[in-house]
Amino acid sequence: MALLELNSISVHYGRIQALHEMSIHVDEGEIVSLIGANGAGKTTTMRAIAGLLGLSAGSIQFDGGDVSKTKAHLRVIRGMSLAPEGRGIFPAMTVLENLDMGAFARKDKSSMDADFARVFDLFPRLKERSKQAGGTLSGGEQQMLAIGRALMAHPKLLLLDEPSMGLAPQFIRQIFRIVKEVNEQGTTVLLVEQNANQALKLAHRAYVLETGHITREGSGAEVAADPAVRAAYLGA
Amino acid sequence: MGINPEGPPMGGAEAAQLDADELAETKGSRLDKLRGRWRALPRWQQWLVLSIVALVVFFLPVINPPIITTEPGTDFPLACFDMARFALVALGLNVVVGQAGLLDLGYIGFFAVGSYVAALWTSSDSTYVHIPFLWTLPLAMVVTVFFGVLLGIPTLRLRGDYLAIVTLGFGEIIRLLASIVPALRGNVGFQNVGAPPGTHDGKQIFDNSHGTPWYMMTVAIIIVVMLLLGNLERSRVGRAWVAIREDEDAAETMGVPTFKFKLWAFGTGAAIGGLSGAIFAGQVGFVNNQKFDVATSMLFLAAVVLGGSGNKFGAVIGGAIVSYIPNRFIEIANYKYLIFGVVLIVLMIFRPQGLLPARNHLLAAIGRIRQWTGTASGQPEAAAATDAGRITLRKEEDQ
Repeated sequence: MALLELNSISVHYGRIQALHEMSIHVDEGEIVSLIGANGAGKTTTMRAIAGLLGLSAGSIQFDGGDVSKTKAHLRVIRGMSLAPEGRGIFPAMTVLENLDMGAFARKDKSSMDADFARVFDLFPRLKERSKQAGGTLSGGEQQMLAIGRALMAHPKLLLLDEPSMGLAPQFIRQIFRIVKEVNEQGTTVLLVEQNANQALKLAHRAYVLETGHITREGSGAEVAADPAVRAAYLGA
Repeated sequence: MGINPEGPPMGGAEAAQLDADELAETKGSRLDKLRGRWRALPRWQQWLVLSIVALVVFFLPVINPPIITTEPGTDFPLACFDMARFALVALGLNVVVGQAGLLDLGYIGFFAVGSYVAALWTSSDSTYVHIPFLWTLPLAMVVTVFFGVLLGIPTLRLRGDYLAIVTLGFGEIIRLLASIVPALRGNVGFQNVGAPPGTHDGKQIFDNSHGTPWYMMTVAIIIVVMLLLGNLERSRVGRAWVAIREDEDAAETMGVPTFKFKLWAFGTGAAIGGLSGAIFAGQVGFVNNQKFDVATSMLFLAAVVLGGSGNKFGAVIGGAIVSYIPNRFIEIANYKYLIFGVVLIVLMIFRPQGLLPARNHLLAAIGRIRQWTGTASGQPEAAAATDAGRITLRKEEDQ
């Protein structure tokens, strides 16, 4: 069953159309990658799913209900959580305070200790830096924090917007390994990436987004094997 | 909770954090070092110092210390009241600007509404039902909250510059309404605005020409407001405000209903502005349309920024300074906007976070935080960054 379904959604910035009747779906338990070049509409898609941008057409179904008109903060309560592009952490709050904010929407705080433990287990680095202000972390650590913070909300669906952007290769490998681990623990993941190579290896299924249109879809391996994709995104 | 700037009693973990802070602060300015030393004091000593300070502040107009005094230029008790009034205004504006990060350039509008509420229900020139002056204080708060929400619902969907422009307009609209609406009596205004009851030796205690009782009342109100705001800051509401100030989109995607909490900040700020307006009207005893110009809004904002945006102690000190300087150095009073302008520019260069910088105490999480920091190693260089200029922090976000 599809956990998330975009039914031919369109998004406009003023009069400029950024997404053209785009349809994708994410099944429960999957990792789905959405790859595309700069300006293809990847971040727009994420912001529309999270509710930070309104739709001009189409609908979004999530967990058996229509959330097209639901406000962003209520979508969090329904079970989706975004780790935004460029990290979007709270720079003057400490790592712990950032993580605590991640659980802001949750009514049930009884398992908070276990959640902190889980995040610190996934990202031991964050535990070392727990009292440090978020803005003083390195780029890779900020990305870990953004993901950890998103996990604190207990999401059914984790939305990751360009987690590898601007990171050193060893951090990228680490982040992708952890995404896989999070998924194996039962969280569905929608991953938006420019780093097509890694994203396609990781994904169960993948979509290719070009200037607001979905141009290809298939399993991660299928998309990675596509000659056009290889030429455009994998440099082969 | 007390007047202790650093919040609740500290446990082992927090104490460790403080040590780290101190280490870092030796690199900072003298003011920061003083903060470090202050935090190192045992709690009972902090309370003792604060009690003495509170007593001195409370009896300041009676003590009338030489050099500090504004006489002969300005009557010192009246100057003290003006300081307290500015401090209260700055405290309210700090909730909006400092806590929630909403740039409000029309805060004088709320102050004006509060003044007119006091005038309309107590002045001999008003045809309305008359009520005792002290009742107009809560009434002024209720009415200004209404105006705050009225202004907030359409405008809080705007961001940054746009919000600033619309609030600037709001301040002017209120002032113009006071001129145009016949019931508000424009330039003629309202005489004999009420005062709290009480006589001493057959004379009214709360007299227009006596600043001391008004000052003491306002200081008491400031203390109560600070305690209430302290509780609010440590609650879920305060955490939401800090998150909104830091990154509104991120706050929204953490499940913070940003619009609701911005409205909260606006309403809270408006209520305090209205309260100070009503007190001001009572003390002066006269309200007309001449006192609520944009320049005064800017002065309020300068007080908050000078004191340290986001720190309520800073706001109170900033408000007091902005009021005190022109009264003390009466020769330069005519140039006060010029002087505060220059002071702010210098401050932005050398100390952008204001005299007393904001600290984020999200103490709802303190129990859990303690558990995890107990094992974490100290990070001195980083702990300092929590309060060292969040403006620079944003720039350093990317490697």
